[in-house]
Amino acid sequence: MMRRIIYFLPLLVVAVLLVFFIDGLQRDPRKLPSVLLDRPVPAFALEGLPGRDPALTGKDAFTGQVTLLNFFGSWCVACLQEHAMLSRIQAEGLVPLHGIAFKDQPEDTLRWLERHGDPYDRVGYDTTNRIAIEFGITGAPETFVIDAAGVIQYKHVGPITEQVWAQTLRPLIEDLSTP
Amino acid sequence: MRRGIEPAADRTAQRGTAPALTGAALGLLVALAATPAAAVEPDEMLEDPALEERARVISRDLRCVVCQNESIDESNADMARDMRILVRDRLLEGDSNAEVKQYLVDRYGDYVLLTPPFKPTTYVLWFGPALILVGAAVAAVAYYRHKAKAPAAPPPLTAEEQAQLRSLLAMHGDDTGTSSKPDPKTPKARSKTPRRGGSA
Repeated sequence: MMRRIIYFLPLLVVAVLLVFFIDGLQRDPRKLPSVLLDRPVPAFALEGLPGRDPALTGKDAFTGQVTLLNFFGSWCVACLQEHAMLSRIQAEGLVPLHGIAFKDQPEDTLRWLERHGDPYDRVGYDTTNRIAIEFGITGAPETFVIDAAGVIQYKHVGPITEQVWAQTLRPLIEDLSTP
Repeated sequence: MRRGIEPAADRTAQRGTAPALTGAALGLLVALAATPAAAVEPDEMLEDPALEERARVISRDLRCVVCQNESIDESNADMARDMRILVRDRLLEGDSNAEVKQYLVDRYGDYVLLTPPFKPTTYVLWFGPALILVGAAVAAVAYYRHKAKAPAAPPPLTAEEQAQLRSLLAMHGDDTGTSSKPDPKTPKARSKTPRRGGSA
């Protein structure tokens, strides 16, 4: 009897491994879990772009209503890809959209916004990358959905496509906006 | 004239090659010593060598989050540079090594640590290999014990079997008697046939 069980042991081990492997195959290795979810927006104060903005500060820009915070830079190709979508989001007027231009010079950011259109409500600039690290940013673009209490609810890595907006972000924002 | 120049040329040549060789050797030495070296730029370094050394130690255990498998100490990525500077700034502010690491873990998760932390979700990672080794050792010991026990002392022959054995041995004795004579059909003769067949 004992012998029979031992003969089936390798099969059992393979079955268990298969379950883990199949699970592993379905994960995206580039997708990193954000530890910032369900945590309040980090405190920060960034100067606005010269001649354009009031300053962008953590807490007060993100309380009272659901907001989007988009990390971008004039150096970032993928940001240009999502730019039209950001303009549409702004036109839709569902949420305020703030931007943080990181690892960028303010004059470059301004020129970029002039050339491609400016979908942001407020833009802070972070030449040192320090605030980006504060938000656990690994690249651009990355977009956070922040609820009315200033708590981070969602992080989207990569350009916002029409699909991402329609299927993920907008439903989430609508859900968060209705108390 | 020629004679006069030659030795001089020789001497300069010798003088020229010796430094070139030591130079090459030194270069090689430097290159070898520099292999595990870092991407840290001089302008990033702290003035206090003790603090700088701590920064290096910490950096070696922090993953560059944009390069998947390099420490920020080795990576030339912009992001890694910014994180190196951040590590140094935290040290200057008086953080301990653990506090600096925690600061980044709070923002990037355990993923930034190149050494996985020891906690319930990583127990499998830490104990798994040891468990497999122990399991294999237990299985091996059990297997060899079982094997050693199995063929031990077969039951003695019964009287009937003894008789059978004796008669078989007697027959075998006859066989050996006849086969001691060379036989034309023994292996030697037979061995030729396949060779012939092979060449045909």
